[in-house]
Amino acid sequence: MRRSFQQKLSAWYRGKYDFTLKTADPLQARWKHEYTGKEHKIREMERRELAFSGVLYNILCVLFCLIFIGVLLIAVAFLPAHGSPDNPAVNEVMERYVEEGMDETGAVNTVAGMILDYRAFDTLGESFVLFTAVCAVTILMKNTKKRAPDGTPVPMAVKPGIVEYSKDNIVKTVSRFLIPFIFVFGVYVLLNGHLSPGGGFSGGAILGGALILYAMVYGEDRAAAVFSERLIKTVVLSSLSFYALAKSYSFFTGANHLPSIISTGTPGRILSAGLILPLNVAVGFVVCCTMYSFYMYFRRGRIQ
Amino acid sequence: MFTSLTDLWAHMAENYIVVVSIILFGVGFTTLLFSRNLLKKVVGLNIMDTGVYLLLVSMGFIDGRHAPIIADGITDAANYINPIPSGLVLTGIVVSVSVTAIMLSLVVRLYEKYHSLNLDVIYELRNKEDHT
Amino acid sequence: MLRDLFASGFIHNFPLFAIILCLLCAVVSFVLQARGARRITYMLLSACMALNGSVLLHNLITGASFTYSMGHFPAPWGNEIAAGLLEPFFALLFGVVMLCSITAGKNRIATDVRLDKQHFYYILVDLAQVAMFALCYTNDIFTGYVFIEICTLASCGLLMIRDAGKPLVAATRYMIFNLIGSGMFLMGITMLYGVTGHLLFPQLQQAVAASWSSGAYHGVMIVSIGLTVSGLAIKSGLFPFHFWMPDTYGTATPASSGILSGVISKGYIFLLIKIIYRVYGHSVFMETGMQNILFLFGIAGMIVGSISAIRAGTITKMTAFSSAAQIGYIFMGIGMGTKEAMVAVFFHICAHAITKPVLFLSGGALIDASGGGRDFTSLRGAAHRNPAAGLAFLCGSLSMIGFPIFTGFISKLYFALSAFAFPHKSMVVLLTLAVSTILNVIYFMYVSVILYTGRPDPERRIGIGRQKAFFAAVFLLILVNVAIGLHSQPLTFLFESGLQLFLQS
Repeated sequence: MRRSFQQKLSAWYRGKYDFTLKTADPLQARWKHEYTGKEHKIREMERRELAFSGVLYNILCVLFCLIFIGVLLIAVAFLPAHGSPDNPAVNEVMERYVEEGMDETGAVNTVAGMILDYRAFDTLGESFVLFTAVCAVTILMKNTKKRAPDGTPVPMAVKPGIVEYSKDNIVKTVSRFLIPFIFVFGVYVLLNGHLSPGGGFSGGAILGGALILYAMVYGEDRAAAVFSERLIKTVVLSSLSFYALAKSYSFFTGANHLPSIISTGTPGRILSAGLILPLNVAVGFVVCCTMYSFYMYFRRGRIQ
Repeated sequence: MFTSLTDLWAHMAENYIVVVSIILFGVGFTTLLFSRNLLKKVVGLNIMDTGVYLLLVSMGFIDGRHAPIIADGITDAANYINPIPSGLVLTGIVVSVSVTAIMLSLVVRLYEKYHSLNLDVIYELRNKEDHT
Repeated sequence: MLRDLFASGFIHNFPLFAIILCLLCAVVSFVLQARGARRITYMLLSACMALNGSVLLHNLITGASFTYSMGHFPAPWGNEIAAGLLEPFFALLFGVVMLCSITAGKNRIATDVRLDKQHFYYILVDLAQVAMFALCYTNDIFTGYVFIEICTLASCGLLMIRDAGKPLVAATRYMIFNLIGSGMFLMGITMLYGVTGHLLFPQLQQAVAASWSSGAYHGVMIVSIGLTVSGLAIKSGLFPFHFWMPDTYGTATPASSGILSGVISKGYIFLLIKIIYRVYGHSVFMETGMQNILFLFGIAGMIVGSISAIRAGTITKMTAFSSAAQIGYIFMGIGMGTKEAMVAVFFHICAHAITKPVLFLSGGALIDASGGGRDFTSLRGAAHRNPAAGLAFLCGSLSMIGFPIFTGFISKLYFALSAFAFPHKSMVVLLTLAVSTILNVIYFMYVSVILYTGRPDPERRIGIGRQKAFFAAVFLLILVNVAIGLHSQPLTFLFESGLQLFLQS
């Protein structure tokens, strides 16, 4: 199907045309082939719905949006001035975090000291938010139906519209050099969380990104051979239980005014800041496994 | 607090980050609530969250001060910005990643089942399913 | 020895133990099979009952609340949890209701959820449980936000784990409304942080009072209260945001419906009450006029929810709409705002939490006994087929209507009594209570009559022997219901002194 430049432009604008690909509309071609009848009916329904909800609905939505923004704007006009040192938020809490944080937690990075020591309960909850998300995504996306009668998983057909990067020479060659660097950078960010910007969440996300790139370029089967479901389960189990136990030790000793065996060390050294470094590593592992399993579940419905 | 409308405008112009974040919040909120397209709802959710995080993180900023990482042994609080909002935003971002992942997986499953992203169409198809 | 334990203050650690235990059990269940995960959850819920019960007993004896710092740093710097009388009581109540729900719904969980995903169900129950405890005990508003999110995600998981298309649509709707609520709540606390600079309840309350009396940030404060309150109200399903309820509760597996309606929405409401009393302060909240809005929406919810319930075509939808009406009662009480009304609110939370799971679970059992038909034609005579479930449904309906000897009666009585304190609102409250009760009678009695009419069919009869767990759990809840209904005085005392502790701190 030949299209004029203008048509292509408008199709691209509507997200229906990717000029980086050779075939004009691989997605649409595949769809038409697969569900001609059903698809057509559903598109027809969508058009009807759009026509029904059309102009009036949109105008009402925009009006609501404007009123809502207006009300909030009137309120925030009275918020304290941006960037002023006299804001109510600049108080004794912030002063202690900055001035005594290094002595009390051993972390040079005040934010790391705050989230992993002063306000650690929030962060404990936060890593369990990730855990809950992994459970929910697994429930939804784990593909258990496509198994042969003898129980062996059947290789899934590649979904329409997904580009196979493993066949692309440029991507493959560049990634071969890039992936080790990403890994090293991730580990650096992870381990230096108490000294410089970074920490478990950002380092873990970088490591997860490297794993995802690996799986994309070298094929999921090769990635699955290295990072099996069992490994991921073990890592998540050990990291999260270490996190919960270590933090409950420090909560318990803190609340009962017991001496804690954890020393803060010399601030600025890599092996310092008490529990913050191991906690960062644990969080990093959890985040990395979470990102990787999200990718694998979305891509093919299972990790193995 | 403000004697005239010009005063109010001047204050708002000074607080432009706050104004932008409120606009983002409102746009995201409306999209999440009223858009019929599920993917756009997810996009709206992320815009809304971004608006809140922008507002939160702008509250920690103080003109002319450094990031709260102790450098050169200076521990005077007058030298650094407020670290609390940064930490809270970190927490918030992780929450929003988790929520987005779940919403997207719901959307994928719904699309697999009903071949549509339009919420009204999905309702209609589901109600038809009920009757058969 | 017991006396030493009480005196030493070791019991102050128990809320922390309960929370950490839940987290560890959830993580350990991640690598187990369904059976192991279920056993762990039962043990966990029983252990948490003991822990919360000890905390409640301890606080009843000492008559004071305590705060417990999570870490080595004192209040404005470190996280904290606090326990007065209401916090451990509601944590205990929610634990009991969850345990009963999953015990009674065990068989349905086994059929509704695929075997290789069943252990996730119990993980999500553990996580919902920890979120409930944290919402009850938290003394820090941001911790509240984090655990609200855990609660949202876990309840969405409990809903969509049923392997079919309908729960997916319901879960999407549920998630959208919950996310709107979370977004508004986060915006509210962000603004509050901007004008106070604190996150812990006691410091926040001081800062709010100081800034309110100075008059500097009235507009921000009002919008912040509005956003926080409406965020939590949307999440708990106040009219006009109750439309997700029938879909959600009607399509989930009965145990999930029981947990979601009985526990999760009550957790949000309890957090809201805590925020009103311990963050904004009752007087500031009353001066903003927000209570009148809650009052109006509560009244509207009571009527609209009941009318929708009458028009609902299936038993699960009807029960779900009745939830919307009951949430309306609770918000009406919060809107009245006096001490007597708050006692009534706590009674109603209690009554709804122990009654609604009974209705959902017995409704599910009756549907099963009628071959899976949800509509009233196929349910005719279902109580003859499953007498235990029929009796449970009847008791639950009577409690919802407010029949004497059940807890529902006590809460309605207290609502009516507290109405007399308001010269201009009392007629409205009394009238709405009367109308809503009549509507309740209409639909619950209609269903009960349908359940008991029709020909007995001895061949399809399901005896108690085949559903021992269901029988035990549901009748435990009914027993608690009757016990509170007959002896409400201790609880009245508990609620009054608990509220007093809220006001003092």
